[in-house]
Amino acid sequence: MSNPERLSFISGIGRSASGRRLGRTAMDLTLDAALEAIADAGLTRDDIDGVATYPGGDAIMSRGFGGPSAVAVQDALRLDINFLYGSGEGSAQLGSIIEASMAIAAGLAKHVLVFRTVTESTMQGIAGRNPAGGMTRAGGFLSQFGAVSATNWFAQVAQLHMHKYGTTKEQLGQIALTCRTNAGVNPRAVYRDPITMDDYLNARMISTPLCLLDCDVPVDGSTAMVVSHVDYAKDAPKPSGFINAVGTAQYGRPSWDQYADMTSMMAQGVAKQMWSRTDLKPADVDVAELYDGFSIITLAWIEALGFCAQGEGGSFIEGGQRIARTGELPINTHGGQLSEGRLHGYGHVYEAVAQLRGEAGERQIPNAEVIVAANGGGPIAGAMLLTKEFSS
Amino acid sequence: MAIDLDILTVRIAPQDDPETSFFWASGEDGKLRFKHCQDCGYYSHPPTPRCPRCLSANMQPDPVSGKATVLTYTVNIQQWVPGQAPYIIAIVTMEEQDDLRLTTLLAGVDLEDPNIIGMKVEVRFLARDDVWYPTFVPEGSPA
Repeated sequence: MSNPERLSFISGIGRSASGRRLGRTAMDLTLDAALEAIADAGLTRDDIDGVATYPGGDAIMSRGFGGPSAVAVQDALRLDINFLYGSGEGSAQLGSIIEASMAIAAGLAKHVLVFRTVTESTMQGIAGRNPAGGMTRAGGFLSQFGAVSATNWFAQVAQLHMHKYGTTKEQLGQIALTCRTNAGVNPRAVYRDPITMDDYLNARMISTPLCLLDCDVPVDGSTAMVVSHVDYAKDAPKPSGFINAVGTAQYGRPSWDQYADMTSMMAQGVAKQMWSRTDLKPADVDVAELYDGFSIITLAWIEALGFCAQGEGGSFIEGGQRIARTGELPINTHGGQLSEGRLHGYGHVYEAVAQLRGEAGERQIPNAEVIVAANGGGPIAGAMLLTKEFSS
Repeated sequence: MAIDLDILTVRIAPQDDPETSFFWASGEDGKLRFKHCQDCGYYSHPPTPRCPRCLSANMQPDPVSGKATVLTYTVNIQQWVPGQAPYIIAIVTMEEQDDLRLTTLLAGVDLEDPNIIGMKVEVRFLARDDVWYPTFVPEGSPA
């Protein structure tokens, strides 16, 4: 089996400082991350012939969400490029990486700089959250009924999952606890102090059944990577992070409240398609870096990716041992967005590559050779299977 | 005792959109309306100019019974605006069609009620600034 995505790998990763209210501009952070990724790939900016980002175009879903556009970064680095991409529509945040991979497979580019930048912490601190801001556009017929936050939208998924399958609050809490434990050995995580189940159960409720510790934490930060043609692997300083299979499918209504099975998400189609493009199986996955904008999203990805049957996610993560760093399916080894901070999906991919290279320090999973990175929740989703070694 | 429908403290006006304006004005006569295909009978929401099932352009807003079942819900606790009381957001399925759903507000329901999912509800309109927001109350609630 050979898919076009196998013609590319993530040759370089980089990130800026990240944290609460850094007070720096999105471009400033982006250039730090971009230059680190380019150097990490063993390249200079003269080698970069493509730029891609999510969502790009100075999108303002909410303040500090968009980051600089791809063209702004092209100009700031004075790049001559053959390929440019930025869109909020696509396979969630991963869409930008997948587009870069496709451009490489099509021969449009050899080394694409891909980035995702958020300054939500600083911008919300200055100007407030402004729920009216982008939510009307994103939410369609939701915000007018007081469903102004993604917390409200995902809370309803969680509520139904609990009702239909008997999933408990304690089971959901294992995701928050696991992420916090992992963050404890990640120097870049925003929240590193351990939390107990009591802390979780007593945390301030936001929208039932989701409490504060079920929600990720807005930060400022930029993550960048270079996606290169596999021909470069023989010369690359760190030849790993090979793209084995991607999932981009959108089956069913792309909607926060009209999706047929409200206990799951678009993740279902994405996962099905991704597995159809590889001989690898869920049992081959050594580490799973699963989007955790909210804890319930991670649970839905565990089910969608086939680590357990649908509806059995709660019992699968019961007690937390299975998803711990020492368990059979370590998840969100960097602490996820719940504890490292909301780098908006790119933090998960950065961590996946670091794990495949054996560069994850204290949180390194031994013999991590196959990692799934999944992004998005609700009506947007994308997934990618990354491997340590190249496979044709 | 009449149910206080005025639980919508976050005021976000509907978008100014000719495709959807009928929906927000519909409650003026006490009736909830959805786009309804005159050829195949399919209701759809949010509104679009063609039937998503048979692709007919022969669509018009038609009244429905206003009766629905709660599919799922959440009690919003977070104060998005200062002083706001907790309120119930729900997704309801209209009686007319299994996939005719609406995100809405529930009024007259105990926030701690363990049986909100599956509850039979009916529409009541909250009128504000020439918008009639369809909210829902337990079926048979006093007018």
